[in-house]
Amino acid sequence: MGKRPAFDEIMGMTGDVPPRPALAALGKWLEDTPDDELRRRQEAAENTFRQLGITFAVYGDADTRERIIPFDIVPRVFLADEWARLSEGLVQRVEAINAFLDDIYGERRILTEGVLPADLILGNPQFRPEIAGMRPPHGIWAHICGIDLVRTGPDEFFVLEDNARTPSGVSYMLENREAMVRLCPELFREYRVEPVDSYPDRLLETMKSVAPRGRGGQPVCVVLTPGHFNSAYYEHSFLADSMGIELVEAADLVVDDDKVWMRTIAGRVQVDVIYRRVDDDYLDPLVFRPDSMLGVPGLIAAYAAGNVAIINAPGNGIADDKAIYSYMPEIVRFYSGGEAKLPNVETWRCREPQALQYVLDNLDQVVVKLVDGSGGYGMLVGPTASRQEIEDFRRALIAEPHRYIAQPTLALSTVPTLADTGLSPRHVDFRPFVLTGSKGVQVVPGGLTRVALKEGSLVVNSSQGGGTKDSFVLMADGQRQTQTQSIGGMTQSQGFGV
Amino acid sequence: MLSRTGSSLYWLGRYIERADFFARLIEATVRLDVMSSRPAGEVAWSSALAVTDTEADYVAHGGALTQSEVVHFLTLDTGHPGSVIRCLDRARNNAKAVRTALSREAWTAINRAWLVFERRNQVGDTTQTLNLVEAVKNETRGFEGAVHQMLRNQSHWFIRLGQAVERADNTARLLDVKYHILLPAGETVGGIVDRDQWTTILQTVSAVTAYRWLYSDGLTPANVIDLLIASRELPRSLVASAEITVDILGLLAERTGSHGEADRMARMRAARLGKTRSGEVIASGLHQYLQAFIRENGQLHEAIGRQFRFGV
Repeated sequence: MGKRPAFDEIMGMTGDVPPRPALAALGKWLEDTPDDELRRRQEAAENTFRQLGITFAVYGDADTRERIIPFDIVPRVFLADEWARLSEGLVQRVEAINAFLDDIYGERRILTEGVLPADLILGNPQFRPEIAGMRPPHGIWAHICGIDLVRTGPDEFFVLEDNARTPSGVSYMLENREAMVRLCPELFREYRVEPVDSYPDRLLETMKSVAPRGRGGQPVCVVLTPGHFNSAYYEHSFLADSMGIELVEAADLVVDDDKVWMRTIAGRVQVDVIYRRVDDDYLDPLVFRPDSMLGVPGLIAAYAAGNVAIINAPGNGIADDKAIYSYMPEIVRFYSGGEAKLPNVETWRCREPQALQYVLDNLDQVVVKLVDGSGGYGMLVGPTASRQEIEDFRRALIAEPHRYIAQPTLALSTVPTLADTGLSPRHVDFRPFVLTGSKGVQVVPGGLTRVALKEGSLVVNSSQGGGTKDSFVLMADGQRQTQTQSIGGMTQSQGFGV
Repeated sequence: MLSRTGSSLYWLGRYIERADFFARLIEATVRLDVMSSRPAGEVAWSSALAVTDTEADYVAHGGALTQSEVVHFLTLDTGHPGSVIRCLDRARNNAKAVRTALSREAWTAINRAWLVFERRNQVGDTTQTLNLVEAVKNETRGFEGAVHQMLRNQSHWFIRLGQAVERADNTARLLDVKYHILLPAGETVGGIVDRDQWTTILQTVSAVTAYRWLYSDGLTPANVIDLLIASRELPRSLVASAEITVDILGLLAERTGSHGEADRMARMRAARLGKTRSGEVIASGLHQYLQAFIRENGQLHEAIGRQFRFGV
């Protein structure tokens, strides 16, 4: 464990008894089920993931063998009332993100009213002037958001970052649940868990709801992938498959007469809605990077003409930017008229001289991040960094302060995790998925829990060796009352992963 | 269906079928080499190379004509595009590119076939060789079963189409090569035959027992040729492959609402094969007949690509 006492989401602050009676049965299950049995089930799950090819490739990794993300058998649990409060905060935040994007690519009231410094937006590499003035169908920009949260206490949740571009991880949410239902059915007999498997249907509904008007009939929806060498390809194919729509690559699409068509064995078919898992930079070589082989020439012109919906809309990167993140409380207040229900983590903007000085004086205490970084790359975790790393960051900060923000090192909550030595607390974060269609905003009751597998580590990113857990959201009457037998027994799970 | 998807599924069918054929050919050749009364040695392995059309590659690769070297070349050699591991690699890449068109079981079977080879870098002794090809056969059979369970939609038919085209090609090559090895110039069919060699052919197309059922008068070359060319009962015969190709193209045409050049070619070929008498083929020159068949099959393959816009 780290130096600071952390809140454990099952065992509580002290580690003696579960703080929440609601989780007593889970605590008992952990106690009663031998580690060997947990390990056997965990290996069965990982074997299945390997056979299904639920793998990802780490860029720049010398070992190009496909890897699975380690899976941990101990679930993370949200009580119904915790979830209800969290959902309210998520809906408010995502509504604000959509309003913000609609504003800065339109009227820019938030700049004219002086809430944000104009250069922060207009000089930001994530701002896409090419998109300014275009409005997506139904005025929705961020149809699928993954909001990364951390927790420091029973009711203390903080937003760590917003992902409004192409958040990934939803396939793990669904596959992890599939594995848990098969391997630990006794937990689902004990607790009433909100199902997550309606996600693909909800996503397809969301896509159809934002189709351009006036095409009549059933809108043609597709998932656009960079191709099967992309690290998240499994997820792209999984989503297309579970929605029953085509998974296309750029070469399968052609723009003609400002309309998007896909090439089929029987000729061309017009496309109405594209869930793209290709970054803006690569989306259309005529507008963005001209050297892109992953994009569709003319796609943005078709979008501007209102003939196709692109999910998520081009230009959203500005909402993910960590310099913008530090203003999110003001942004939420500006568009929703109320205080943000989900607080930010306190953030020093290194572009501001005072903040920079504070960060330089406390490098061994803070976490420093690139404003446009992702996946845990280009990060300094002060308390666990070497002297050399700290000095390297000091030089980088002084050279280009505007590229960095810093945050205090939080005492992230932990969840018991099956380590080599047995069950042991490990730090977690959480990514719930929020869908916005023309009929409103909805939060899927679950999400992706990422866990740092190294003792004391705060870095949960899969590219840095983190793992995942299932995330239970309990129904209001979460525990069944009719228990006749203990759940800690040796339930045989048959036929899984053999 | 996307043109790219159709193309990938078709090639997927071809590559899995090819991997399976190689595995069965190796198994039969090992048996010929080891278990027959007179070890066939070099002749057996050079004929295996000839059937797979890889003699020139093997000479360039510079190996000796021994079991372990040829088997390694045909199975584990990642530098050789015709090896089983490369076939499975390509099958899996095609499968990955069209995962949405495959059932979970079909994908898992391909992935498992591919995993057989993970961390295998030597073929080992005869037992280990047989275990290896047995493992490949198990997984390809699993794939065929999974394909059989799939929805009868375009995805299913494109895989089966690739399989049928590959199967016709493989059977024709097998018969052509073996026939020449078995019957040096000047020999006539029906003379003294090397039983083991003919059994090898039957084994490669999984038809040893089938032969017994269909032909009551013992093992004769004319009967083996008849079985492989003109028997509708044997799924791997030329006529059966040709007819299934027609059927599948017809089912695809129903879905897409258009017939094309490939349908016409396939129908003409099947009609002609339906009238073929193997005795006449043998009398007028089996080798020329098979070479023409292989060429025609190649033209049909190209027509399929044009008809379904694989190339765009």
